[in-house]
Amino acid sequence: MLTESEPHYRRPLLPTPFHERARALSQVDSFIPWAGYTTVDVFTTVEQEYFAVRNAASLYDLTPMVKYRVAGADAVRFLNRLVTRDIGKLRPGRVAYCLWCNDAGHLIDDGTVFCLRAGEYRLCTAERQLDWLLDSAVGFEVAISEVTEEVAALALQGPTSYSVLRKAGVAGVELLKPFELGTFTLPAAGEAPLMVSRTGFTGDLGYELWMEPKDAEGVWDALFEAGRTRGIRPIGSRALNIARIEAGFLLPNVDFVPAEHAVFVGTERSPLELGLGWLVDFGKGHFTGRRALLAEQGRGARRRLVGLDVEGTKPAHNALLYTERALRRQAGSVTSAVWSPTTKRNLALAMVDAPHFDSGGTLWAEIYLNRELVWERRVVRARVVERPFFAPSRRRATPPVEF
Amino acid sequence: MHRHDAIVVGAGHNGLVAACYLARAGLDVLVLERNTYIGGAAVSRRLYDGFTYSNCSYVCSLLRTEIIRALELPRFGLQIIPYEGGCTLMRGGGHLALYDNHDALRREIARHSRRDAEGYDRFVRDMLRHCRFIKPLLLRTPPDPSSFRPRDLGELMWLGRHFNRLGEERLYDTLRFFTMSCADMLEEYFESEIVKAHLAGSSIIGTALGPRSPGSAYVLLHHYMGSIDGAVGAWGFARGGMGAITQALAASLEASGGRVRSEAEVTRILVRNGRATGVVLAGGEEIAAGIVVSNLDVKRTFLESIDPQALPGEFLEQVRRFKIRGSSGKLNIALDGLPQFPAIPQGSPCIRGDLHVTDTLDMLERGYDDWKEGRWSRSPYVDMLIPSQIDPTMAPDGKHYMSVFVQYCPYRLADGEWTARKRQAFGDTVIEAIARHSPDFRDLILHAEIRTPWDIENEVGLTEGNIFQGELTFDQLLFNRPLPGYARYRAPLDGLYMCGASTHPGGGVMGAPGANAAREILHDLGRDA
Amino acid sequence: MSAPPGPTRGERYDAIVIGGGHNGLTCAAYLARAGRSVLVLEAAGRLGGAAVTREFAPGFRVSACAHLLHLMPGRLVSDLNLAAHGLKLAAERLPSTALSAADAHLPLGPEPGGALAALSAADAAAWPAYSARLARLAAALRPLLSQTPPRLGAGAWRDRAALLGLGLRLRALGKRDLRELLRIGAMCVQDLLDEHFESPLLKGALAFDAVLGTNYGPRSPGTVFTLLYRMAAAGEGGGLAQPAGGLGALSQALAGAAAAAGAEIRTSSAVARILVRDDRAAGVVLEGGEQISARAVVSSADPKTTFLHLLGSEHLDAGFVRRIVHLRARGLAAKLHLALDGPPQFARLDAAALRGRLLWAPSLDHIERAYNHAKYGEFSSQPMLEITVPTIADAALAPPGKHVLSVVAQYAPYNLAGGWPAGQARFRELLIDTLGALAAPLRTQIEHAELLSPADIEREFRITGGHWHHAELALDQFFMLRPVPGVAQYRAPVGGLYLCGAGCHPGGGVMGIAGRNAARALVREAA
Repeated sequence: MLTESEPHYRRPLLPTPFHERARALSQVDSFIPWAGYTTVDVFTTVEQEYFAVRNAASLYDLTPMVKYRVAGADAVRFLNRLVTRDIGKLRPGRVAYCLWCNDAGHLIDDGTVFCLRAGEYRLCTAERQLDWLLDSAVGFEVAISEVTEEVAALALQGPTSYSVLRKAGVAGVELLKPFELGTFTLPAAGEAPLMVSRTGFTGDLGYELWMEPKDAEGVWDALFEAGRTRGIRPIGSRALNIARIEAGFLLPNVDFVPAEHAVFVGTERSPLELGLGWLVDFGKGHFTGRRALLAEQGRGARRRLVGLDVEGTKPAHNALLYTERALRRQAGSVTSAVWSPTTKRNLALAMVDAPHFDSGGTLWAEIYLNRELVWERRVVRARVVERPFFAPSRRRATPPVEF
Repeated sequence: MHRHDAIVVGAGHNGLVAACYLARAGLDVLVLERNTYIGGAAVSRRLYDGFTYSNCSYVCSLLRTEIIRALELPRFGLQIIPYEGGCTLMRGGGHLALYDNHDALRREIARHSRRDAEGYDRFVRDMLRHCRFIKPLLLRTPPDPSSFRPRDLGELMWLGRHFNRLGEERLYDTLRFFTMSCADMLEEYFESEIVKAHLAGSSIIGTALGPRSPGSAYVLLHHYMGSIDGAVGAWGFARGGMGAITQALAASLEASGGRVRSEAEVTRILVRNGRATGVVLAGGEEIAAGIVVSNLDVKRTFLESIDPQALPGEFLEQVRRFKIRGSSGKLNIALDGLPQFPAIPQGSPCIRGDLHVTDTLDMLERGYDDWKEGRWSRSPYVDMLIPSQIDPTMAPDGKHYMSVFVQYCPYRLADGEWTARKRQAFGDTVIEAIARHSPDFRDLILHAEIRTPWDIENEVGLTEGNIFQGELTFDQLLFNRPLPGYARYRAPLDGLYMCGASTHPGGGVMGAPGANAAREILHDLGRDA
Repeated sequence: MSAPPGPTRGERYDAIVIGGGHNGLTCAAYLARAGRSVLVLEAAGRLGGAAVTREFAPGFRVSACAHLLHLMPGRLVSDLNLAAHGLKLAAERLPSTALSAADAHLPLGPEPGGALAALSAADAAAWPAYSARLARLAAALRPLLSQTPPRLGAGAWRDRAALLGLGLRLRALGKRDLRELLRIGAMCVQDLLDEHFESPLLKGALAFDAVLGTNYGPRSPGTVFTLLYRMAAAGEGGGLAQPAGGLGALSQALAGAAAAAGAEIRTSSAVARILVRDDRAAGVVLEGGEQISARAVVSSADPKTTFLHLLGSEHLDAGFVRRIVHLRARGLAAKLHLALDGPPQFARLDAAALRGRLLWAPSLDHIERAYNHAKYGEFSSQPMLEITVPTIADAALAPPGKHVLSVVAQYAPYNLAGGWPAGQARFRELLIDTLGALAAPLRTQIEHAELLSPADIEREFRITGGHWHHAELALDQFFMLRPVPGVAQYRAPVGGLYLCGAGCHPGGGVMGIAGRNAARALVREAA
């Protein structure tokens, strides 16, 4: 039974355990739905929030992230058949970014797998997957349950995120390496137990904090108290989106359509097309989509998701891409675009047809500009560049540098 | 004597749609209607003090957007009010509602099964895929697969390419879907009985099949076709009842110079020298026309309205075999107030949607077993709607009109003819089924019109009271509809055309048969758009 | 006989065939004839699978599952020279007779003659055109049954040619027959029969073959297809036959043919698991633990057993497993064997008819009502029956003067509410009562009775769901959709693994075609 503070037909979206805090800090009353919850799109201004990610510390409510508990004698075999990476190599206390595909090798979703202890895992995803997970579990001794509502989560990201945790008294967190997790307590929040993973969606130094919903507000308050002198700010999805594009991360339903939702023919994308081939381990044994992906590898990619550095400063939202300035041959389209305030580059992620996706190549983007309600078309050069666009060394330094 | 370019027999929605297209192409068109009112099965009737009944069809879900637009129906008064959700009331007091809001819906289904809440997304995705495949076929004339005419070959090739574009996996899924039973299909998505029962309702409406009969998955899709455009108003009530659709069509027709004449029953289609030349009315009046377009079902058209000598014997034999089975009844109820349904939570909008009381697939299937034995379902599937909650024109203030569609009710009873007493007993069965879920329902009833298939045949003219003018089974779909070799809207007689729901793509107040027939007629007249 | 070429690269066999049923043995025989080293592994102590003769009471033997031979193509029989391997027919061109409770029984067949005219002059008049047209349609579909289903939309030359061939063949039917085929192909058999006939007895009997072995009733759309399927499979005038020694004799002949071609056959060797190495089937592990390696594995087990139990879903994609899980394979036919102390006494039935097949399905409504029960997990209160007395033509099956009654009874759903252990005795007695009403002193003649429910068939013949066709025979599980899309060409998604059982095209019914086609697929791929 789901939580029913108010009936779902009157209030379809659930509040997260941080909702009251977020509402109090929201200046523009801008909330958006995410996976059945209402979450903040913008607290104050997108720019202020974004710079907290890159210059100080940001706090993002991650609770709606869909969480599954996967446990049982066959948990590793099940996960290995599900995802494209080798989960057998994932030790307790480690996290892996993973993908899973359908039979045709098309991406269903990406997410993170946490190895909590031997035989018990947590799978975090942007979209609900129970239907696929249970169908994938046929023949495996494994129990899968959704625990989204039992776990509240915050992303604490930014160069001072470590200092905030230290100030709040989370002892030993400096030893966490990227993609490691540990269990701690938060003295400033009544010794609330806290699972901390050094993971995130910003490409910066940062942590994700996992707690029981009853401790949520205490943890929130303690972090704000500790971060007061370290520039902590709550951020919404808009600011996070800028950071994730800079970091080159993909968003389902933005950069690719989850294969289980695709209605049109030919819109699904494979990990190879999305430039995520490095996450596919063909040597680990069978996983769903392996045969299709091997065949695709043999054929060679027909298109690929690439990073673009676009001329000018106007984000190339939804721009069509062409091989020449005359816009005669379309060669792809932009999936995400942003002016990057940190790198001072006009960035985009784009799906580009073969053979135009090699780094260094040039394409032409057709951009529509709204200048005080007068629409203009710009055709600008877009260079195919390597991702991530922004990768500061602090994100990997262990122990982290005080900032 | 004035000779019209075209006479359309029957002012049902398809007849009017065809007439509108013909009039817009410049033809002098006359539509003849037997009843005192127009509309066929899309009517609003005032049968009880201050109430308006959509006493035949009751939702506007399938009417093609292309037609609404081309005939400018909004300009002529058509207004469609979307309704939200729906609900199945369960024996024992529970319920399953369907809400428009995706998150509310997920949480609602999750009350019954968390897995099904997500299986539902996959179900909808697949239904959309199938709809997307079917949709381009609706407004096309089916090819004759046994013909070598260039037009048929071209259309067959188009169909082949259309299939091929699906890609291998989806091709198989499409083939499976069109041959499956609704129950088997739903098993592939859902574990919860109530979810399956709720969704399966659409697979039996108007159909002499059960949810376990192969082919019923398609019937379900047929009812889903309306929701694919994603446009607001895809599922809704026509403001003022279903008659508002035919009224708008008639107004559109008149604006293009066409005319409708009611109380003009066509008793015979005139044939001279192997060509339809006009019609004879009940009073003996003859009206001449260049072509005659019949909106009647094929049995009525060819077995009752035309000299059998004028038609090939083999064709008539095919017409006799055409399956047009009455399986649905209808109650139209005037209520003194809004009935209470204790199982529906206060404030839930699902009461404004369609309400059902069959909570298992077996219950639906047993309802079909009763029909096979020549009796109405003892626990019938009912599709109740109370449009007066949304549309104040349907009932006096504070009072309500309830439309109750009933499946299954046979045209022929095993124990002899329909009588007034049997009709009342049928109505009582339905009222009892509803009253089980609503304590005050019975007391609120001011008036109830009970319509059996026999009544529908007699009043509306649909043979056996079949609401689709013919079963929607594969042997009567696409190039088999209405008859193999005659799916191109032309009768085997020059100047005579069919435009009713007996023709492709079938019934459901879609208007597509009328539009397709008009296109073929204009093609023959050399007036292709 | 020359020794077959030895296996290469250290594998012991070119191919292991799982299951010594008729399809497994057919496959092994064809593989061995193509020069492959083959090992057949049969779980039971005897060969034959569902084509088996066994003792069910002291001195009484019966074809325990399938009890008539009518669907095996003559081409296959001659290819494998089964006659030389001991296949003899005790009887062929067996007549079928529709039993009537009170009136004259109705002999069926190409020329039902005077009996039908006596029943209904109109039906007798309608019969020639009806049967001729159905025969033409069935003939046009016949090549479909023996061919390997093409893939759709895959673009391979071979697949396109096969589809084109199919299209041309249908077009060659001519306008009228093609239209009729496209009209009735997915229709229910009741509508077809009502269009032509009036006599309930005739219609019941004709609908019988349309629903036999399916989870459908005469009003279920698609049952004209199953009727045409059976007619197509029955071949040109081949009709029904009874091998001397029962169906087991056919399996023995197939085993003989396979062995003569060099195949090795082991019984009492249940396979526990298919070995997979580098995403290819590499052999099997027996239940005792013994490992046997091979370059390829061919499974005649049903698809659920093969994929979910022997192979394991970890070697398969999740979407494929989803399809296999949803494959409909729930049996609905039970088998009754009666040991009688004398010939059964069917009232008003002549001796010649008793040699053949007796059908108890006196009307369409009778069948439909019998089917109604199955939808709700009940067995039919008035079942439909296919009755044979194999001892009339083959006295050796019973002690002298005694007889065996072998009956297929529908509908007996696999998922009987309350379970078969509880329902078994009730259904057996109900069947004996039903038969007793037709052949009066029957109950007093019975020395022993055995009822095999679908649950028993599942256990004894290792068929998930106890369905003789391994998977429901319906349009949505036929041809390129059989058993599920993607493996209709007998090749599993795992390299080197093939399917050759009744779950594949064209289905069950002791045809052997799946076995032969799988062998062809293997040989072609390895070539």
